[in-house]
Amino acid sequence: MAKVPKPEELSKIDYKPSKKRWMDTPVEFKEGMFCHGTRAKYLETVGFPNPREWSSKDEDWKLPENWKEIVLEAIKERLGKYRSFRLFMDICVRCGACADKCQFFLGTGDPRNMPVLRAELMRSVYRRYFTAPGKIMGRLAGGRELTYDVLKEWWYYFYQCSECRRCSVFCPYGIDQAEITMIGREILNLLGLNTDWIAGPVANCYAKGNHLGLEPHTIKSNIEFMLDDIETITGIRIEPTFNRKGAEILFVTPSGDLFGDPGTYTCMGYLMLFHELGLDYTWSTYASEGGNFGFFTSMEMAKRLNAKIYAEAKRLGVKWILGGECGHMWRVINQYMDTWNGPADFLEVPVSPITGSRFDNARATRMVHVAEFTADLIKQGKLKLDPTRNDHLKVTFHDSCNTARGMGIFEEPRYIIKNVCNHFYEMPEDTIREKTFCCGSGAGLNAGENMELRMRGGFPRANAVNYVHQRYGVNMLANICAIDRAALPTLMDYWVPGVKVTGVHELVANALVMKGEKERTQDLRLEPLPGKEGAENV
Amino acid sequence: MEMKLKDVLREKKPAILKRWFDVILETYPAETADFLKGQKDRFTGPVGYTIYEGIDALIDGLIEEMPLEKASPFLDSIIRIRAVQDFSPSQAVAFIFQLKRIIREELMDEAHGTLYAGALSAFESKIDALALVSFDIYMKCREKIYELKANEARNMTFRLLQRANQLYGIQEQGPNVETTNLK
Repeated sequence: MAKVPKPEELSKIDYKPSKKRWMDTPVEFKEGMFCHGTRAKYLETVGFPNPREWSSKDEDWKLPENWKEIVLEAIKERLGKYRSFRLFMDICVRCGACADKCQFFLGTGDPRNMPVLRAELMRSVYRRYFTAPGKIMGRLAGGRELTYDVLKEWWYYFYQCSECRRCSVFCPYGIDQAEITMIGREILNLLGLNTDWIAGPVANCYAKGNHLGLEPHTIKSNIEFMLDDIETITGIRIEPTFNRKGAEILFVTPSGDLFGDPGTYTCMGYLMLFHELGLDYTWSTYASEGGNFGFFTSMEMAKRLNAKIYAEAKRLGVKWILGGECGHMWRVINQYMDTWNGPADFLEVPVSPITGSRFDNARATRMVHVAEFTADLIKQGKLKLDPTRNDHLKVTFHDSCNTARGMGIFEEPRYIIKNVCNHFYEMPEDTIREKTFCCGSGAGLNAGENMELRMRGGFPRANAVNYVHQRYGVNMLANICAIDRAALPTLMDYWVPGVKVTGVHELVANALVMKGEKERTQDLRLEPLPGKEGAENV
Repeated sequence: MEMKLKDVLREKKPAILKRWFDVILETYPAETADFLKGQKDRFTGPVGYTIYEGIDALIDGLIEEMPLEKASPFLDSIIRIRAVQDFSPSQAVAFIFQLKRIIREELMDEAHGTLYAGALSAFESKIDALALVSFDIYMKCREKIYELKANEARNMTFRLLQRANQLYGIQEQGPNVETTNLK
């Protein structure tokens, strides 16, 4: 009789991972963990190098012959340009504090997703080519040759980092892995190595003003579609303006809010709030994108896309800019805009026309986050609110990485939620505020083909949501980020079914008692309000 | 189950739990396994915690003869993680079968194996039943992943389709296509 293998023998196919050191283990591209390569047309639109048709699964990535020279020259240039980069390459003492702080490491279990090792991918090359010990002793000094495999490893792992900066909160030296990832991606872009999911929105935004490539008439008709729903719910017909010169405020929000649910409900929230206030504001169909996928490409591209918002503000002659609920948009504004495109001295320091509050925190960028704006309105008693309309919701709040760690917006959204909802529950302390876990889909990772990566990276966040879901019956996950609104519903569907996702201003508009409104029986999703089930919407 | 086997398993549970946990951790790279072993915090070390708590409950469930549907959520929490990690389907669920070997070896140590041969065989059938359920869970998770991909693609165009349908509705009602703004 043939020998029957035992279960442990059967499952021993690749049972234990290789014991080799990471430097000796070439990168293996695993399905579900990476995105498609960029199409040539997107790179051509923005004048980026090496546009060609290629696939990230191919052996040959069709690189220019002198690719190695380009990469080394690019590292050299950036070492000179950014003192932070040189420091981050030199000062890590490998204490390991960051290692288990990255949700991608926590979820994937892949050591190269430890922030220390993700940085080491580039540091090892830096040592070999830019430090004396590395030049002489090579491997012994922690250096390694820049090879085709190393380049592929960079691409694979720098596009498995969501630039969330959670690791930097725990690093005793404050090494910011997001900056290393950004420089890594910037260098890869010099060889035409991007992802289609990022390069497409960049090209669209550059050519048409927003990531989705919506043209002015489409933006307008999308918003009109929402206005119809608002009229059904409230009986009020709102008439916002577009590209209106001389308006006091320009409003800019991520284009995701114009098109995809549940972002569209958040957008309806803005429309209702601004109408109720009688705000003198305008939408722009040209600066129609708050987000900035250029930021996931290169500093230069981010700057070019960011400039469009300010150029439009100048053209329209507004006094200041109000920005919608978005994550990385605010990191760009708060940490980079003034260096790239400042000073915005043709605008005024923002003052709320309703409360008279002056937003000195925005005196450089002249741009205010809508959560700050609304929290001020509530604090000054300018809104009539009926939080019982949200009584069917048990809400928790996910701090978006960029507004939390990149800007320190912790209290405003919580203050708003507590004023418009009666049931609010915090997730555990280690998973919120500056220690918040990423949704797993930031920095351009929210594509479809890397779903496993997203589910793994988002697991620690989902795990904390699951806790409040089971303990308190939380059924709504609020946030102030468009990528969260796009990515978290999917994450919840896999890990915590029964929890839906909302922007904060959807909750605001549900509670907002508007002048002249009819008795509301439906919420913004056209679902019955608590106690109004079965009521006719007339 | 004979009382005696149950008692022995209760007594051996800590050793069985530790070995089972170690065997599962061995399926991860060495550096990762060290971290997972130390992950006792529910929120900052969710993978290690979930696996440990899950198998702990599964062992109790098997010994105390918990109905399958009550054990299934614990199995789900572990397999839901492994279904999106770097495992083939067989690797993702193999850990269930390894419990049999661990229990046999633990019993053999003290020459209990032969004493409880009958009861052990019945006990192992219950592990087999768990294994079967784990296939179902694994497949459900994988199907969910593809469903999520499809849903996202659909949602991206939902508003567009909604509007197109609305236009189409007008076209259907109106006698003359030329009067719509489809042209």
